[in-house]
Amino acid sequence: MRTIKFLLEKEFRQIFRNRAILLLIMVMPIMQLVILPLAADFEVKNINLSVVDHDHSPYSRQLISKITASGYFRLQGYQASMKEAYRFIEQDKADLALEIPSGFERNLIRENEQQLFIAVNAINGTKAGLGGAYLSSILRDFNQDIRMEWIPPMRLQPLPTIEVIPKNRFNPQLNYQFFMVPGILAILLTMVGGFLSALNIVKEKEIGTIEQINVTPIRKHHFILGKLIPFWILGNVVFTLGLVVSWIIYGIFPQGNIMAMYGFIWIYLLAVLGFGLLVSTYTDTQQQAMFVMFFFMMIFILMGGLFTSIDSMPGWAKWIAALNPVSYLVEVMRMIILKGSGWSAILPHLGILLAFGVVLNGWAIWNYRKTS
Amino acid sequence: MSMNEPVIKAENLTKRFGDFTAVDAISFEVYKGEIFGFLGANGAGKTTAMRMLCGLSTPSSGTARIAGFDVYRQTEQIKRNIGYMSQKFSLYEDLTVLENIRFFGGIYGLSNQQLKLKSDALIERLGLQPEAKKMVGELPLGWKQKLAFSVSILHEPTIVFLDEPTGGVDPVTRRQFWALIYEAASNGITVFVTTHYMDEAEYCNRISIMVDGRIAALGTPKELKIQLNESSMDGVFYQLARGAKNKD
Amino acid sequence: MKQFITFVKKEFYHVLRDRRTLLILFGMPLAQIVIFGFALTNEVKNARIVIVDHAKDDASRSIIDRIGASNFFEIREDVMDRNRMETAFKEGKIKLAILFPANFQRDLFHQNHAPIQVIADASDPNYATTLTNYVSSIIQDYQTELNETVALPYRITPQLRMLYNPQLKGAPNFVPGVMALVLMLVSVMMTAISIVREKETGTLEILLVSPFKPVWVILSKAVPYLILSLVNVLSIVLMSVFVLQLPVEGSWLLLFAESTLFIVTCLTLGIFISIKTKSQQVAMLISLMGMLLPTMMFSGFMFPIENMPVPLQIISNVVPAKWFYIIVKSIMIKGVGFAAIWKETLILLGIALFFFVISLRSFKIRLE
Repeated sequence: MRTIKFLLEKEFRQIFRNRAILLLIMVMPIMQLVILPLAADFEVKNINLSVVDHDHSPYSRQLISKITASGYFRLQGYQASMKEAYRFIEQDKADLALEIPSGFERNLIRENEQQLFIAVNAINGTKAGLGGAYLSSILRDFNQDIRMEWIPPMRLQPLPTIEVIPKNRFNPQLNYQFFMVPGILAILLTMVGGFLSALNIVKEKEIGTIEQINVTPIRKHHFILGKLIPFWILGNVVFTLGLVVSWIIYGIFPQGNIMAMYGFIWIYLLAVLGFGLLVSTYTDTQQQAMFVMFFFMMIFILMGGLFTSIDSMPGWAKWIAALNPVSYLVEVMRMIILKGSGWSAILPHLGILLAFGVVLNGWAIWNYRKTS
Repeated sequence: MSMNEPVIKAENLTKRFGDFTAVDAISFEVYKGEIFGFLGANGAGKTTAMRMLCGLSTPSSGTARIAGFDVYRQTEQIKRNIGYMSQKFSLYEDLTVLENIRFFGGIYGLSNQQLKLKSDALIERLGLQPEAKKMVGELPLGWKQKLAFSVSILHEPTIVFLDEPTGGVDPVTRRQFWALIYEAASNGITVFVTTHYMDEAEYCNRISIMVDGRIAALGTPKELKIQLNESSMDGVFYQLARGAKNKD
Repeated sequence: MKQFITFVKKEFYHVLRDRRTLLILFGMPLAQIVIFGFALTNEVKNARIVIVDHAKDDASRSIIDRIGASNFFEIREDVMDRNRMETAFKEGKIKLAILFPANFQRDLFHQNHAPIQVIADASDPNYATTLTNYVSSIIQDYQTELNETVALPYRITPQLRMLYNPQLKGAPNFVPGVMALVLMLVSVMMTAISIVREKETGTLEILLVSPFKPVWVILSKAVPYLILSLVNVLSIVLMSVFVLQLPVEGSWLLLFAESTLFIVTCLTLGIFISIKTKSQQVAMLISLMGMLLPTMMFSGFMFPIENMPVPLQIISNVVPAKWFYIIVKSIMIKGVGFAAIWKETLILLGIALFFFVISLRSFKIRLE
């Protein structure tokens, strides 16, 4: 035990003398939490609309003003032909073009039926899908308005109608920041913990001090623990800092049991730091460690269910997600911070991560060789 | 101090890396309190042999006992009984002199009281009082080396292994360094040292000269000079090493 | 020229000997393409839902059957009470719940009006909206079938046409993004770190005292990364054509010319960083924070620029990856020619020249 005390003393001295690390720990959380949620707004709004109105009728104008009034669309201009509108889309000036054929109003009234043409720039699938859906529902409403205008209510043949009442739980205003902030906090913790621990042992290898350690009677698990504990404490500092920042700036505070949140973070840090230390024991230079870590971080973060739902992934990707500590963290963060869950809901996650932590750290201890 | 008490006993110790045999069945003994010089050209296998003796590298074959412990099975007991100073300076440059002493002493299990006494004594002996709270990285090379040596014998090991401890150091500091080595030896610490300086070889009780992974000669400097009919150690070394196949 | 080739060869040896880094450099784009292409879809598939059916009549069952038959949803449990639904939401086991009130069918046919409550886990807002839209449209379909016999008057039928990407796949959006990211990583970070490492180990001094002009020393360090990056571009494009079935609509030649321009821009940036920094760690940190993060944030590939606050939108203009992203998207997906992207090309060229000139100047100052 006394050995660990000396190891910790040394690690902390070194950490606090390294300005790059301190900068990373103190500035990155604040910067990321302040800027990223502003940048990462995936709400589909401000869809740029180009209109080709061949009809110029009161109805066509009424329809256009209804679309622009919805708040989702920004009218970028009227084009004379669809060809011109396509060019507009090509230049990324419009996401969506609406063509109202000539005789729109007349045909609608006389022939009871009229078509409209909508072209969507579908390179961004989500935006196209939701944009199309919004426009369709505005058209439905418009259609209903017209019917009301022409047919007195009593004469309208009553039809069985199902009313869908949507309800958005946990985030009724569909505030995108509620979604992003816990996720960014998760990424932050993973990045800081993962990179710091991955670069640490390998740095001692590069400068040669590890030789001096290896020739001492130090126990392998003491050495690894001496590396683990300081970063574990730093991880907690970063997380607390992040929590405070998101509370002050975004008013997001865990709805659920905060002890459960910390309990989970403690176990999570064990797993992530264990992974970093493992990478550190396998690599020879800091550059290598960084690239290896970057590779895994990218996979962990992209496949952690932060940007897209894990449910939609194919089978093999679900397996990767099941082996990905970040996916558990993202889920637990959302559960506790947004949904107000407590210990009982996160127990399975906790168990799995504990297993990760034990395996990864055990592996790192095993792979750390004092003798070559 | 009895000369028949070997603290290092190597028999046919061998290390192979793939096809290349870095250390080829060397056998020798080092006795308690001796200053044993381990000479050889670059690439002759000195560092590899030393790393095996320290328990940093597992031998391919042969046996060796260090302070009575086996290099295969008892590496951790060996480490408790030795000190090591590598070729590359390996104290922490971002810790102060005192912090380095405290850290390495602590790892070897010195008590707080011992730590205090020993670090005070060490700093006084080296005359480092004004620098005690400076980062090690800021010290000149000679001081760093003296400090590294003192730290490596802080826990009073049976044997201390020094890998080219005076490389790149000025002649005055080298002499001071050897004074430290003699002091350690007089306290009963066996010193196992590699060097390229032939004048330093003369300071040793006994020396061995490695060529191509084998020990080509072993004895006191005087014996070797007589044996090879040379007037200086330079001549001895040159005669043995020039036929080597493995050079940088 | 012969000397230059000797230097370039030496640099190649360095790069090719570090197997682990090389593996990552080539493995990274491949892994990214596979992940983005197959794992990260915005399509909804097998979303876990529950149904709380208080009605248990023909109408509710027939809607439930339709929902169960679609690929979008995976019904976890048919019957559930509200309490269990609440815990299932909290444990993250379900994303959506559909509630049928008692007497659903009777209300529907006798009062011509019946509600269905659709509760979504909106902690992921877009996903929740998309799911709700899907449920609504399934219910809508059911309703249309019920009323098939009755023709609605004054019907407007929108005809939707999805341009460039009819299946709404993710690939067209991210392939250009992955390209920008990987090139940034290789060209900026690798170049910067490898030059700074030679500074740290002191070998750069040896090269600089050789009779070979210093500028050429630095340039020769950039050549292997230029070639490595071009190989990466080729592998990404080939992967996207053959694995993701995303053909290059425009000219291959133009695509590679523009990629070379972007790589050169990145290399000048990398060289600039290496001139200004002294240690690998600092070079890494600057490349990571100053280059990679802005690339991810402001290229428009992950986060929509048009939703950002104006100051951030302005900042995005100085990020070279943004312009490259637009260029690649235009060539690969939209199939336009140079006429449509000359402006973006000019901006990249300007950034490259700017960094080249100030690198050259600060380099000279250092040598004096």
